[in-house]
Amino acid sequence: MTTTTASPRSVRDYTHPLWRRLLATRESAIVGLLIIVAVVAATTVRGFSQPITLTYLLLDVTPILLIALPMTLVMITGEIDLSVGSMVGLSSVVTGALVQAHWPFGVAALVALLVGVLGGAVNGLLVTVVGLPSLAVTIGTLALFRGIAVGTLGTTAVTDFPQQWTALAQARISGTTIPYVMIPFLILLAVFAIVLHFTPFGRGIYAVGLSKDAARFSGVNVERTKLILFVLTGVVSAFAGIFYTLRFGSARGDNATGLELQVIAAVVLGGVSVFGGRGKLYGVVAAVLLIGALSSALRLANVTSDVINIITGVLLVISVVAASVLAWLQKKRRRPNATATTAG
Amino acid sequence: MTTIAIRTSSLTKTLGALGRARELGILLAVVLVVVAATIKNPAFLFSHDGWRDLLLTPSILLLVAVGQAVVIITRNVDLSVGSVVGLTAYLTGRLFSDIPGIPIVLVVLAAIVLGGLLGLINGALVAFANVPSMVITLGTLYAFRGIDVVWAGSNRVNASDLPRSFLALGTGQLLSIPILTIVAVVVLVAAGWYMRNARSGREHYAIGSDPAAAHLYGLRVTRRVLLAFVLSGALAGLAGVFYAARYGTVDSQAGSGWELQAVGAAVIGGVAIMGGVGTVWGAALGAVLLMTINRALPVLGIPDFWQGAVVGALIIGAIVLDRVLAVRQRRRLIEARDES
Repeated sequence: MTTTTASPRSVRDYTHPLWRRLLATRESAIVGLLIIVAVVAATTVRGFSQPITLTYLLLDVTPILLIALPMTLVMITGEIDLSVGSMVGLSSVVTGALVQAHWPFGVAALVALLVGVLGGAVNGLLVTVVGLPSLAVTIGTLALFRGIAVGTLGTTAVTDFPQQWTALAQARISGTTIPYVMIPFLILLAVFAIVLHFTPFGRGIYAVGLSKDAARFSGVNVERTKLILFVLTGVVSAFAGIFYTLRFGSARGDNATGLELQVIAAVVLGGVSVFGGRGKLYGVVAAVLLIGALSSALRLANVTSDVINIITGVLLVISVVAASVLAWLQKKRRRPNATATTAG
Repeated sequence: MTTIAIRTSSLTKTLGALGRARELGILLAVVLVVVAATIKNPAFLFSHDGWRDLLLTPSILLLVAVGQAVVIITRNVDLSVGSVVGLTAYLTGRLFSDIPGIPIVLVVLAAIVLGGLLGLINGALVAFANVPSMVITLGTLYAFRGIDVVWAGSNRVNASDLPRSFLALGTGQLLSIPILTIVAVVVLVAAGWYMRNARSGREHYAIGSDPAAAHLYGLRVTRRVLLAFVLSGALAGLAGVFYAARYGTVDSQAGSGWELQAVGAAVIGGVAIMGGVGTVWGAALGAVLLMTINRALPVLGIPDFWQGAVVGALIIGAIVLDRVLAVRQRRRLIEARDES
C-alpha cells in the first residue's frame, strides 16, 4: 500500500543529482540523522564525547542490535515476531536455572540457545504449517514464553554466574572502548548482510514480502524461508538473552520485558516496511544506533527516560508519516492527474 | 446465485451454527473455568466478593477489547490502548483531586473525550497518511505512555484523593450486579447491535475483508477507519475511568501491557487479525476468559506465576482451533458448490 519499491521511482531518480538520490532513500536519511545527532551531542552534551559513553551505548543497545538483524529479515517477508522479548527472558531463566543446578555455564548457555531454536520453530511451524498470521501467533508465544520464564523462577533471581563470563560481557577489546560483544555482532551482521543482499535465499526473502504467490511461482520455497527465519530469530534472541543475563549478572523471569516493541520500533524506523518486501540492514543498524545515541545523549543531559520514550515514539511516527507524505508529494508533482493508482 | 442460495439454506444453517460454535466454545471454556474454581473453592462464585470480582474484573478489559475488535475488523490494530487507559485513568484521578466537587459525569465525559481525541490522532495518522496502523500505534504507545509518566511523575492518585461517591461506583451494585459491569454490557450490546445490523457497522467488515474493493465500491473507508480508532480510544478512555473507580490507586504504569491483552482477547474470541471476521461478542468473551483464568489459577492450586503460560497456550489454542474450523468450513463450502 505505501511501499514504493515496485514503482518506477528508482529509474526516475537518476535524473536527480547524487546527493538528492542518497537523501531520498529512507536508509540514508536515518544515517544522516545519526551523524547529525552524534555531532550535535558530541559538541553540546558534556560527557558524550568521552570514550566510556561509546562503551555503555554499545552495551545498552546490543540486545536490540542483535535481535534487529533476524527481525529485519522476518519483517521483509511481511511477517513479524513479537515474542523476542519473552525469548530473551526465557533463555535468561534457562541459563540461570541450570547454573543454579550446578551445570557448567557453557552447557547451560548451549541449552538456552537450543530453547531459542525450539521457540523459533514453534513460531515458524504455527505460521507456515498451520498457516496462522504471525502477529496472532507471536502474541500467543509472547505470553507463553514469558509465562514459562516467570513460572520457572517465580520472583527469585539467579545471580551467581562465573566471574569470568560476567566480566567478558562487559569487557572491552584491549586498547579500545569497544566491548567484546561487538565481535559476534559484527560477524552476525556480515552473515546476515551477505545472506540478505547477495544470495538467492536473500532475494527470495524480498520476493516473499512483495508477493507470496509470485515468489512461489518463481521457485522460492516460501514456507521453508519463513521457518528458517523464525528459527534464526529465536536463536539470536536466546543469544541476546544470555548476553543480557551476563551483562547485568542476573537471570530473572521478567528480564527484557517490552524489548520486542523497541526492536520493532528500530526496524521500522530503519526503513523496513511492515507490509514486507522493503528494507536494508544498514538502515536498521543505523536506526538502532540513532535511538541509542539519542537516549544516551539525552540521559547525559539529564532528560528523564520518560521524555526519551516520548521522543522515540514521536520520532517513529514522524519518520513513517514523513516518508509517506513525501512519496505522496512526489507522486502528485510527477503525475498531477493520476493520483489514485496505488490508493487503498 | 439465487438457486444456490435456496439449495444451501439448510447448509447455511449448519454453517451458522458452526460460526456460533466458535463463540460458544469460548463461553464453554469460561463456564468450565468458573465451575472448576468453584468446586475447588465455593467462595470463588458464591461469596459476595467472589461474585462481584467475577463480574467486575473482566468489565474493564472488556471495554478495551470491544474497541480493539472494531479496529481489527477493519484490518488495523490499535497498540496504544494500554497507554490511553493509563493516561485517562490518571486524568480521572487528577480531575477529582485538583477540582474538588467536580461532578462525576463531567469526569467520565472528560476521560471519554480525551480517549476519543487520542484515538482521533491514531486514526488520522492511519487514515490520511496511509501508514500501517501497527507502526503508528506503536509510536503513540510510547508517546502517550511517556506523556502519562511525565505528567504523573512518581505521583500516584490514591483512593483517599477520590470522592467516596466515585469509589462507590466501582463497588456499587444493582440487583447484585456491579454497576460498572452493567455499563460495560450496555456498551457491548450497543456495539454488537451496531456492528451486526447497522449498514455502517457492516461496512467495517467489508473494509477489513478487502480494503481496495471497499474503496472501489465507494465505501467511505477513511471515515470508517477514523471512527473505529476514535471508538477504540473513547472506550479505552471509559476503561480508564473504570480502572480508577475499581482500584482507587492510579500510578503512571496503569494499563501498561493491556494492548496485548486486548488484542489477545479479540484473537481468542475469534476476531481474525487479517480483518473482516469476528464479532465484538467474541472479543468480550475472550476478555472475560482471560481475566477469569487469571483469578481462577491460584484457586485451582496453580501458582499465579504460571498465569502467563496458560494465557499464552490459550491464545495459541484458540487461533489454531479457529484456523481448523475455517479450513473445514471452506472445504464444506467447496463441496456444496461442487454438488450444486
